[in-house]
Amino acid sequence: MIDKENDQKIKDLLKHAIAPMKDTELRRDLWPQMLRKLDEQSAFANNVPWFDWALAAILSAVLLLFPGTIPALLYHL
Amino acid sequence: MELLAQFAAGDLEAFEVLFRQHQKEVYAWIVRIVRDSGIAEDLTVETFWRIYKSRARFRPDGNFRAWARRIATNAALDHLRGARHETELPDDLAGAPGEDPAVRGERRKHIKEAFHQLPAKYRLVATLALIEEEPYESISQAVGISVALVKVRVFRAVRMLRKKLSPLGVEATAK
Repeated sequence: MIDKENDQKIKDLLKHAIAPMKDTELRRDLWPQMLRKLDEQSAFANNVPWFDWALAAILSAVLLLFPGTIPALLYHL
Repeated sequence: MELLAQFAAGDLEAFEVLFRQHQKEVYAWIVRIVRDSGIAEDLTVETFWRIYKSRARFRPDGNFRAWARRIATNAALDHLRGARHETELPDDLAGAPGEDPAVRGERRKHIKEAFHQLPAKYRLVATLALIEEEPYESISQAVGISVALVKVRVFRAVRMLRKKLSPLGVEATAK
């Protein structure tokens, strides 16, 4: 009973201390910001340096030509 | 229905329509959790970015609003986990009659600190249930847990706050 009363006191205290948000209205259209984010992410995805592609190609070729190296590669990962 | 199917298929125009239809509601939900308009704007964009990325997993016959709210809640929760969160406290914090303003200020500081020390998942449900007075059912759907678990988290949050505030004498003078 005392525990319940104390819990209720804490709840009341919290309600008094931190008021509910009154202003929850969005003041501006966020679509331009969204478009920027989409562009950034798309640029990031397309911005892989050429040597990374070269490395991936060499690695793929090695794995295709020498499948026996796959367990060794997995071991070292 | 057709709009949702177009969105799920990756149509950017359909996504823009959905964005404009739901951005206010998503923002309003997030700002009640993070309590900062600038952060809420960023998280609204982050929410829609996550929505756009996972559009292939969305079922066009599903509830977009509920799905968006769930993703928004996760984005807000990630923010609470990762950042030190500052909550605006009102000036008219209730105190004992005739209480010294310095004492009242000290109490506000203690409450603020204690609340921010709660683990993010407890702070999330405590904010929504106790401060924003959102129904448990609604919190349950947004967080993706059962109503019973929401109640448990609220209960634990209150107990943790009590434990932190009791030694400071805050509880004894609360009205």
